[in-house]
Amino acid sequence: MAQSPRPSSNPTNVFAPWNDPNAKPLIQFKNVTKRFGDFTAVDDLTIDIFEREFFALLGPSGCGKTTLMRMLAGFETPTEGSILLGGQDIVAVPPNKRPVNMMFQSYALFPHLTVWDNIAFGLRRDGLGKDAISDRVKEMLRLTRLEKFAKRKPHQISGGQRQRVALARSLAKAPKLLLLDEPLGALDKKLRNDTQFELMDIQEKTGTTFVIVTHDQEEAMTVASRVAVMDHGKMVQVDTPAGIYEAPNSVYVADFIGDVNLIEGNAKVDGNTVTIHFAEGADPITAISDRPIADGQRVSYAIRPEKISVNREPLEDRVNHVKGKIEDIGYLGNVSTYHVRLPSGELVSALMTNSRRLARRDFTWEDEVWLSWTDTAGVVLTE
Amino acid sequence: MNLRRLIVIGIPFTWLLLFFLVPFVIVIKISLSDPAIAIPPYSPTLELSGGLAGLKAFFSQLDFENFTFLTLDPLYYTAYLSSLKIATISTLLTLAVAFPMAYGMARAPEEWRATLMMLVILPFWTSFLIRVYSWMGILGKEGFLNMILMWLGIIDEPLTILNTNTAVYIGIVYTYLPFMILPIYSTLEKLDLSLIEAAEDLGCTRTSAFWLVTVPLSVPGVVAGCFLVFIPALGEFVIPSLLGGSDTLMIGKVLWEEFFSNRDWPVASAVAVILLAILIIPIILFQRNQQKQLEADQ
Repeated sequence: MAQSPRPSSNPTNVFAPWNDPNAKPLIQFKNVTKRFGDFTAVDDLTIDIFEREFFALLGPSGCGKTTLMRMLAGFETPTEGSILLGGQDIVAVPPNKRPVNMMFQSYALFPHLTVWDNIAFGLRRDGLGKDAISDRVKEMLRLTRLEKFAKRKPHQISGGQRQRVALARSLAKAPKLLLLDEPLGALDKKLRNDTQFELMDIQEKTGTTFVIVTHDQEEAMTVASRVAVMDHGKMVQVDTPAGIYEAPNSVYVADFIGDVNLIEGNAKVDGNTVTIHFAEGADPITAISDRPIADGQRVSYAIRPEKISVNREPLEDRVNHVKGKIEDIGYLGNVSTYHVRLPSGELVSALMTNSRRLARRDFTWEDEVWLSWTDTAGVVLTE
Repeated sequence: MNLRRLIVIGIPFTWLLLFFLVPFVIVIKISLSDPAIAIPPYSPTLELSGGLAGLKAFFSQLDFENFTFLTLDPLYYTAYLSSLKIATISTLLTLAVAFPMAYGMARAPEEWRATLMMLVILPFWTSFLIRVYSWMGILGKEGFLNMILMWLGIIDEPLTILNTNTAVYIGIVYTYLPFMILPIYSTLEKLDLSLIEAAEDLGCTRTSAFWLVTVPLSVPGVVAGCFLVFIPALGEFVIPSLLGGSDTLMIGKVLWEEFFSNRDWPVASAVAVILLAILIIPIILFQRNQQKQLEADQ
């Protein structure tokens, strides 16, 4: 799931303008707050989004991600704060005057117009010449592989084709910024996976900045250069997919993205080495933390299942070992998830690849096993 | 299974046969007869006791004389043309009044819509005749409208509205307004608001989004509403006879006079048959519109 930020053709020149202090952001939210009555949808939010980024807003429904996007499109105005696009405040600019286009969750294709006319709709509003419109529409049809369907009406094509028409229509005006509201939500899983890669491909080809709203963490991880995890109108963490996954800054993020084991305990600090005492009589967990932890602080230790190794004997090269009993095995073909009950009562899940055929599997239910992991495998979280 | 299908299809067809087709055949038969001073006031009447010869004699007496008569007297075709004109103009007027109302209802807050709908339907709870009569009180020379306008100092002399075509237009627009509002409202209410947002996002102003998206998508409702107003307005009798003047010529009024003043049932029936023939065209168009709408929804 984790991937290097794109475009990654040249590994020495990784695309990461957010780490470059001289880079000029395309979009800046400055202390933006949006209230509906006494409900605060977006709460004092500040964030920069850079050109050519594929920026994902991720969070549960009601977290404010859609409101944030609608403010970018111009359908909502912030109660407080300002939004800059290329350095210009766009709060007062109506949606039809913004160099921003949106792909709607419902696609919002005009049912009375053909695919061709849907794509040409925005171009015609700009008063372009007939030939210019025709060239651009053809280009969009080619980009989204819809040439054969130009004369069809939206109800005469499939869901996946409709999704591509919506994308072509929103890209036709070559916007500086493209907003995608749950663009793949209506597609089935297989089509969704294909379309994700297609989206990334088109984003790279056109060089447009994409902001995508989604509640599907896998989708966000796959397509985005950076992911912003939102909750209750605030950005909890903004980082690359790998950063979000490997170094979540809070229990909320760790739990929201992927599977995680969370173990609570009291911290004992020695330099950057933290030992976590989580149960009476159990060996403490040793972890390396680059975040400052106070001695004696109550912390949560988060570790991903695939970082834990399940063996008959403790692995000597790993710092942490704990013994437990297998309670459940989830066999997924390529991998198996082991649910292991520790003597102290915690249930820990560990993921192992099935490198051997099932018949030769080492463990079964009720087996006593050792779980081992390194001191850098997990993170210590204080909030 | 087959029996059930037969019943399901059979009941409405029997209904139509008994209450539409049979009466219509009788009307056609009367239109082909001659007037007579008798009860009923036409001849021949069907006597089954005469046997086959009687039946032959019966059919030989039927002719198209009344239809020929309708083409000879200019009264009838001017009445048809005048009815078409009045029905067309009042349909367009009703549309002009109903569309903004339907639009306002569809854009009103959700909790208000049921109340607004109720207000549109509410006049139907009072007798149609009483409502048309009350317009006489409003539009007359000493009616409320003239009183208010004179009191406001807008006019010095009372306006003559009652007993003119204007009063007929007002009456038809008022009476048939709900039939126009409801279908338009139902299409506008179904309209996905994100389509308007998409249009604005792609560069439309509010106004151009309205003309390029809202209006084309409300066409099925507009067409349905227009037919629902046009069809009854064409044969309207009560409104022109109460609110219209002596020069208001509508086929419904002619029909009434032929039946009740002249007691010429055969000519009246011929007028009715032709009226129906005229109406069949818009009715077929209406049904095709409904059919297309149904297919588009699927």
